[in-house]
Amino acid sequence: MRHTKVGLVCSRVRVEEKMLIDAFASRPGVEVVRVDDDLLDAPLSGAAAPHGAAAQLKGCDVVLLRALGHFRQVALAQLVESWSLPVVNASHVIETCGDKVRTTLALTAAGVPSPSSRLAFTQEAALEAVEELGYPCVIKPPVGSWGRLVARVNDRDAAEAVLEHKDLLGGPLHRVIYLQAHVDKPGRDLRAFVLDGHTVAAIGRRSDHWVTNTARGARAEAVAVTPELADLCRAAASAVGGGALAIDLLEGGDGLLVNEVNATMEFRNSVEPTGVDIPGLLVEHTLRLLASST
Amino acid sequence: MRSFAMTTDASTTSAECPECSARLPVPAGTVKGEILPCGECLAELEVTGLEPLTLALAPEVEEDWGE
Repeated sequence: MRHTKVGLVCSRVRVEEKMLIDAFASRPGVEVVRVDDDLLDAPLSGAAAPHGAAAQLKGCDVVLLRALGHFRQVALAQLVESWSLPVVNASHVIETCGDKVRTTLALTAAGVPSPSSRLAFTQEAALEAVEELGYPCVIKPPVGSWGRLVARVNDRDAAEAVLEHKDLLGGPLHRVIYLQAHVDKPGRDLRAFVLDGHTVAAIGRRSDHWVTNTARGARAEAVAVTPELADLCRAAASAVGGGALAIDLLEGGDGLLVNEVNATMEFRNSVEPTGVDIPGLLVEHTLRLLASST
Repeated sequence: MRSFAMTTDASTTSAECPECSARLPVPAGTVKGEILPCGECLAELEVTGLEPLTLALAPEVEEDWGE
């Protein structure tokens, strides 16, 4: 039997990474090489050969990236691709999904419905955009996750305050202002787990708070993968470049809307309610990518 | 900070890591706000309460962290 080395790059060994390590370990002939991105020092140019963690990673057959930071994930994927190794996910997919401006543009170009949104760079222009979107609306950082710094603004006073704070306290990323119409969802949003375009599981994330993120305390409940959901997720996955994705959707009055697409899925709260072995399927996806690339 | 704080029995001397679910010892004299490292996953954990004992990931999340 062929021996396969899977590089698992992770900043922390969280519940998800433990589940993945166990799932890989249960596959015969598969060895997991865990690489801590904090320790990585990889040559980009020059004659030096990779050493340490970089050499370990380069010696793998396929790589699954689980670093915590978006910009690290992009750089890691580009590094691995420069070695001609298959990687989950591809750098262009991570770049698209990690930036809400890029995600929305990709979805729109593909005709995938998403909430109305605007892009502005100054307080003045953003205020005009807010007024046109109407209240309440949502202001999000273009890069960020777990519901951090996502603000629902209910009136002009709140909009002015948030925009002034972003301008004076935020860094360059906060001067790229992503604004979104607020969708009056029924106490939950939907999260679909999509591998190679196939929706393998879906949950509802229910919360009394308007931010329905399980990292912020929302409760996960299983929901059926309807043909409408599966078709929309297939289209959304294709729009951002495919791979292993967690797609967030809102149940709007006129049907489902794709809100965000995540390229480094978290699933600790979704395995139990759905009964679906999501880490096992992600492992299969990774091994399938290797098989298709050789 | 991610809201993974776990409540444990105040009488216990160990608590569950909200990151990896491992049990970690909580030394006598631990004070609120103290940082405890998890020996298994190396996450830094902040003691956010003593009665009951609660732990949460230390507030070191970087701006681009997430999914």
